[in-house]
Amino acid sequence: MRKIGMVLPVAALALSACVTINIYFPAAAAEKVADKIIEEVWQQSDKPATVKETK
Amino acid sequence: MKNLLKNLLALLALLAAFNVYAAADIEVNTPGVNAIKNSMQARHGQLSAYYASGAVGLTMDGMIAVRDAGSVPLAARQAVNALVAAENQDRSALYAEIANANGHPEWQAEIRSTFAQRWVQHAQRGWWVLSNDGWKQK
Repeated sequence: MRKIGMVLPVAALALSACVTINIYFPAAAAEKVADKIIEEVWQQSDKPATVKETK
Repeated sequence: MKNLLKNLLALLALLAAFNVYAAADIEVNTPGVNAIKNSMQARHGQLSAYYASGAVGLTMDGMIAVRDAGSVPLAARQAVNALVAAENQDRSALYAEIANANGHPEWQAEIRSTFAQRWVQHAQRGWWVLSNDGWKQK
């Protein structure tokens, strides 16, 4: 029973930590969607613009 | 007792994995985002020549600005100003729409700065970018 007394607070802490992860701004995902939108708006291919310019 | 602990740990690991996954995703496939995107795509046909000539450049806050109005024929200057204003309105709306669509309106500034960097990254060589030390050609 003493063990449960220790596990529960730790579990609660861990759970709340999981929830706080969601509040952080997902920078990598944001970069990906930005790239996708920019490529569509500027009608570029998947290749970077610098590659496209080489003839 | 041991079983209970094991189950709890497994549940925690599962929850943690799920939450990380949820946090790593940004949804942009909404009618609002798509409408703005289409409008910007259509406008780019008119703007691209001005990016190339240096009349219009990118700013580091995710917007665009008139850089050299003198390079635009007098008759077209008002049209360029209007294009820039409309584009900036769309860009602001895009950043806000993405933040709102993901339930985090407070992300707007970070989305804007992410886009600002990516616009510059995708810009073609010869286009102009306004940084803290003034206009620079990519």
